[in-house]
Amino acid sequence: MPRWDYAPAPEATDIVTVKDTYGLFIGGEEVEPLSGDYFKTINPATEEVLAAIPEAGLEDIEAAVAAARKAAGTWAAIAPADRAKYLFRIARAMQERQRELAVLETMNGGKPIKESRDIDVPLAAAHFFYYAGWADKLEFAFPGRNAEPLGVCAQVIPWNFPLLMLAWKIAPALATGNTVVLKPAETTPLTALLFAQICHQAGLPAGVVNIVTGAGETGAALVNHPGVDKVAFTGSTEVGKQIQRSLAGSGKHLSLELGGKAANIVFADAPLDQAVEGIVNGIFFNQGHVCCAGSRLLLQESIATRVVSKLKRRLSTLRLGDPLDKNTDIGAINSRAQLDKIKELVGVGVDEGAELYQAPCELPEHGFWFPPTVFTGVSQSHRIAQEEIFGPVLSVLTFRTEDEAVEKANNTPYGLSAGVWTDKGSRILWMADRLKAGVVWANTFNRFDPASPFGGFKESGFGREGGRHGLEPYVRLT
Amino acid sequence: MAAERLAVNKTYKLYLNGGFPRSESGRSYEITGPDGFLANAVRASRKDVRDAVTAARAASSKWAGLTAYNRGQILYRVAEMMEARSAELVDEVSRAEGIEEAGRQVDEAIDSWVWYAGWTDKIAQVMGSLNPVAGPYFNLTAPEPIGVAGIIAPGESSLAGVVARLAPALCAGNAVVVLASESHPLPAIALSECFATADVPPGVVNVLTGHRDELAPVLAAHLDVDALDVTGVGEEKLGEIEEAAAGNVKRVIRAGPGRSPYEVTAFMEMKTVWHPKGA
Repeated sequence: MPRWDYAPAPEATDIVTVKDTYGLFIGGEEVEPLSGDYFKTINPATEEVLAAIPEAGLEDIEAAVAAARKAAGTWAAIAPADRAKYLFRIARAMQERQRELAVLETMNGGKPIKESRDIDVPLAAAHFFYYAGWADKLEFAFPGRNAEPLGVCAQVIPWNFPLLMLAWKIAPALATGNTVVLKPAETTPLTALLFAQICHQAGLPAGVVNIVTGAGETGAALVNHPGVDKVAFTGSTEVGKQIQRSLAGSGKHLSLELGGKAANIVFADAPLDQAVEGIVNGIFFNQGHVCCAGSRLLLQESIATRVVSKLKRRLSTLRLGDPLDKNTDIGAINSRAQLDKIKELVGVGVDEGAELYQAPCELPEHGFWFPPTVFTGVSQSHRIAQEEIFGPVLSVLTFRTEDEAVEKANNTPYGLSAGVWTDKGSRILWMADRLKAGVVWANTFNRFDPASPFGGFKESGFGREGGRHGLEPYVRLT
Repeated sequence: MAAERLAVNKTYKLYLNGGFPRSESGRSYEITGPDGFLANAVRASRKDVRDAVTAARAASSKWAGLTAYNRGQILYRVAEMMEARSAELVDEVSRAEGIEEAGRQVDEAIDSWVWYAGWTDKIAQVMGSLNPVAGPYFNLTAPEPIGVAGIIAPGESSLAGVVARLAPALCAGNAVVVLASESHPLPAIALSECFATADVPPGVVNVLTGHRDELAPVLAAHLDVDALDVTGVGEEKLGEIEEAAAGNVKRVIRAGPGRSPYEVTAFMEMKTVWHPKGA
């Protein structure tokens, strides 16, 4: 195969102004943390320090929840059509500042610019646009019932899609008349803090959106604050269970979007070249830092060898490197901690006897990197077939019959997503009925849309985000 | 002149996997009403809870796999069976709770089955959606059963209370394990006799009687139970029960106001399916 090289095509960063030090966004103002503590946020592709970020303490959480509480009554009481207009304004401002948001997202999180530019930022803006339209139509969303806001929402989001997860959380909460205190992940706070400026530009009333930064302790303090009415969390199943336990008996509403170990199932009659693209998109999109990633590839036995060889050839064409380069397919791993976790589980895969293949590629000297990796000869009991790796690592298993495919696909405590590749329509519907997953992608994978409900079965969490169903976790029906 | 005929008393047992066994533990506890002794009810054990969950899991895919029309007819037949036995049910409720308006409670319970029976083949239409995504994809969201649901029935309203939670859970297509009211369990067992004659497949409904403090934590923590209705859990126990439920991220459900399709979807999962459109 001829080898094509690409000239560097870096996106300019001059559109972004990163301040040396940021404040918390509480009551419509950027404020210094009462805790007095800061931590450094870096660019994971270079390990260069970008800014000092407040580590919000108990007093800061107190102030943020109080600001959200103070705003809750007015925000719930304003004309729904006006609530809609604020959300439309936010959507528009995000579109206007899309380039800035995309560059900042890539600098702080390590994801390829073509993903933040073409997926994260446009989808985040679209999410606000979608829910803006619901704000004054709630009586049609819940026939026979009145939808009332819950009050103050504590929202804790992960580092894999920082701005998009913010949009998934804030847009439906605001549309239904709630106010929020949102905590972005400790490694990726910058786009959330830029979003605070957008709220300011949109003239959003003070206290409707509050943003507090920090790590796990800050998150725990926020969700356990007695002034909070609803908690929404996206992250690991382990932390999700801790939150569900800590909220037990509190009467707080809860929605959880947790881990996954999705099966991507390819039948012999599938269009194999398209399937290979879907497999690559399923596991290597965003370096595999995706809760719904297709991390277990289930191949029908008769085509397994062919698909694996096509897959390996495709892997060799993936471009890993500078996330700001517009040609980059695989960016940086989000943090050293995540890189260590990936390395550990890959080591376990080798020790357990699975066969390792890694695409030949040079890893940059600085920053956190991991090459696209495929394990073959994986059995169901292997840890790499059971545990979420959250990195660019694919485990390949085989099956003979539809029943066996369903059995293996469902053999996990998770149930977030699944993929099916086949040319036979009746088989797609048969499989879709039986797969225990909140999202089933048939002859496609990793598609997202504000109108499309997303969320898990089993230990992948409960509640849906997106679509009409995404309103429900934020309302009380009376 | 012949002596007055001596009545034949009913033995109240568990309803488990379509049969009426005693507890594997051999235990019972005394049930009294306002007029004194009523019966020795079965005091189920933790093992009985686990057996009931096993039975429910085994039955769940068959029940979920029936057509919605078929499930609706079976639930409607529960109403028919209750109507036929309404005198007995009124008697049960009034002896248990010592209330005058037992008839109203029985009527409400029967009408609940009729109401929810009619929802089985409408819930996906009303609560599902076709999603207009910004791309060439067919995309729909439809509710489906969660799987196995545990129901901790309210302590009071010994018949209508349990039916108000059971009917939506079954309408949703789940198999269930019910912990009946501890002090008034007998109407729930009489209700089980209606299931047994209504073509509800064995294992789809399992009703246990006994001590809440002993059984509820086991049901709440069981890893093969997908959802837990805590409507009948008192304020003082709610923390403990909800904490146990977090072990496998159970959906924790509470009754909303009155009958509604939202009571049904609380016992369901929304599944979204994508497929490209193209020639």
